[in-house]
Amino acid sequence: MTALFPPGISWEPAAPLSSYCPEPGNLAGVRHIILVLSGKGGVGKSTISTELALALRHAGKKVGILDVDLCGPSIPRMLRAQGRAVHQCDSGWVPVFVDQEQSISLMSVGFLLESPDEAVVWRGPKKNALIKQFVSDVAWGQLDYLVVDTPPGTSDEHMAAVEALRPYSPLGALVVTTPQAVSVGDVRRELTFCRKTGLQVVGVVENMSGFVCPHCAECTNVFSRGGGEALARLAGVPFLGSVPLDPELTRSLEEGRDFIRDFPKSPAFPALSSIAQKVLSGAPARLS
Amino acid sequence: MEEVPQGCPGTGSAQAGRGASCQGCPNQRLCASGAGAAPDPAIEEIKEKMKTVKHKILVLSGKGGVGKSTFSAHLAHGLAEDENTQVALLDIDICGPSIPKIMGLEGEQFVEDNLGVMSVGFLLSSPDDAVIWRGPKKNGMIKQFLRDVDWGEVDYLIVDTPPGTSDEHLSAVQYLSAAHIDGAVIITTPQEVSLQDVRKEINFCHKVKLPIIGVVENMSVFICPKCKKESQIFPPTTGGAEVMCQDLKIPLLGKVPLDPHIGKSCDKGQSFLMDAPDSPATLAYRSIIQRIQEFCGHHQPKEEHFLSS
Repeated sequence: MTALFPPGISWEPAAPLSSYCPEPGNLAGVRHIILVLSGKGGVGKSTISTELALALRHAGKKVGILDVDLCGPSIPRMLRAQGRAVHQCDSGWVPVFVDQEQSISLMSVGFLLESPDEAVVWRGPKKNALIKQFVSDVAWGQLDYLVVDTPPGTSDEHMAAVEALRPYSPLGALVVTTPQAVSVGDVRRELTFCRKTGLQVVGVVENMSGFVCPHCAECTNVFSRGGGEALARLAGVPFLGSVPLDPELTRSLEEGRDFIRDFPKSPAFPALSSIAQKVLSGAPARLS
Repeated sequence: MEEVPQGCPGTGSAQAGRGASCQGCPNQRLCASGAGAAPDPAIEEIKEKMKTVKHKILVLSGKGGVGKSTFSAHLAHGLAEDENTQVALLDIDICGPSIPKIMGLEGEQFVEDNLGVMSVGFLLSSPDDAVIWRGPKKNGMIKQFLRDVDWGEVDYLIVDTPPGTSDEHLSAVQYLSAAHIDGAVIITTPQEVSLQDVRKEINFCHKVKLPIIGVVENMSVFICPKCKKESQIFPPTTGGAEVMCQDLKIPLLGKVPLDPHIGKSCDKGQSFLMDAPDSPATLAYRSIIQRIQEFCGHHQPKEEHFLSS
C-alpha cells in the first residue's frame, strides 16, 4: 500500500517556490472548474482532458489539471511528467508544472506512488480522503481553468470531487462518449448524475468518431456512429463536436509530445480547437 | 444499507470505532468492540452456494474501455454453444452495467436455456437511472449477487468487472475467497496507456493471490474493409501485450483484431461469433476460449478429475 505522503518530501527555499504560496483557500484563485466525466471507461476522458488543457493554454490561459483517477492515473505520462517529485509549501502541496513557462500545473496520485506499476488498491473512504486533500491542500494559485479528469463511473471519486469542489466556483461538466450504444447507455447515467448533483453540463463530446484509413482514405465507423449527437439532443445539452480516431494522437500522447503544436494537420485538430473555443465562450455562469 | 460516514476507516481497520469520523455512526459500538474484524459469515455461505459451480473466471483490466464486457459476453456465448455446458455470466460493474445491452436482454435473465445472466442493470427501471453508490453499498450488492442468487449447477461462472482496483474487485475476491477461483483473464489494448494500468491489475492479482490465466490483447490491428490493408489504430508504442507478457512471464492468450462489426453486434445484443463466423476476430476469440477451457480442465479441483462429456 502506498503512504499518503511520499518519502523524502523536501521544502526548497528557492525563489520560484517561495513566491508561489497563495492565500489560504487554495481554490480561491481559480476562475473556472470543468469536470471531464463519462459513465463509460476508455472513451478518452484523460486524452480529452489533456488536449483541452493544451488548447486552453494555447489560447493564452493558465490551466491546472487535477487527475482524480486514483486507480488508473494516466495524465503524468501524457505530459511527460512521470516520476516528478511533489514539493510542499506553507499552503500545502505544490502542483507539478509540466512546462517551462509554468502555464500548466498537474496533480495526480501518480506522483505519490513509489513505482509506476504500484496498484492503488483502496476502498471508497480512503479514496474520498485523498481527493478531499487534492482539492483543499494543493496550492493551485491563480488559474483561469482547472480541468478535473475523473475515472469512469458514478461513485466515490465523483461524489467526493463534486462535494469538495462545490463551494469554490461554478462547476461545469464536459461529458465524453464514443458513438456506440453501449457507451451511450452508460453516459446517459452520467448525465443523470450531473442533474442530481447540480452540475451544469457544458456539453457532450463524441470521441473516436470514425477512422480514416491511411492507405486508401476510406473512413470507417469503427465504433458505430451518431450516438453522441443523439444523446446530446435527448438530454437537451449542447453537442460540442466529434473527434475522429487518430493513431498519431495516441502515439503523441504516449510519448508526451505537445500534440497541438506538432500535429496541426491531424484530423482531430479542428475538432479539438472548436471544442476549446466553445468551452472558452460558454464557460458556465454562476448557477442561480 | 445504512449510509457510512465520510471518513469511515473501514470496519476491519485498527481504527474501527475509534476514529474521529466514527463519532455518531450507528455502528460505532459494534466496530469498537472488534466485531467488525471478525470474518464475514457470508464468505462461508457463498462457499456453500458455489459448490455447484465448477469453474469461476474473473475478467479484469486496470483500464476502462478495452473490451472486458465484450469479451466476457463472447466467452459466455462461446462456451454456451455446447448445449451441455451450463454458463452463468455475472456483471458486477454496478455503475456501468453493460452486459444486459451486449447480451440483448431487457429484463429476462436467460439468453439461452444454458446461458443465464445477472446484472444490476436488471434492477434499474429506466436507462437513465444512475447508480450513485459509495463503496460499501456496492459491496453489499455484490455480496447479494454471490450469496442470494440461486446459481444451480453451473460449469462456468464468468464475472465481468468494472475497470480499476477498488471495492468491486476486492469484494469479489474476498467473497469468493473460500470458493476456489480458477483464475483471472486480463484484457488490454496494445497501447502503453492501457498496459500501464494493466500492470497494476497484475500486481493486484499477485497481492490477493489470484491466479492469472492469461492476457488478451484487444483492438490489436484494424483491417480496412475497403482496401484490406492493416493499420494500427492503437499503436503498441512499448511493444504491446506481447512484450509485457514476456517481461512479466504471463501467458498471452491471444490478440483480437478490431472489427467494426463487433461494436455493431454488441449494440444489437447479438453474438458476434454467430454474426461473423469467418472474421479473423471470431477465429481469435475461439482460440482464446479454447485455451481458457484447457486451463480450467488442467486445474480441476481435487474432487473432480474426470470431465463429464
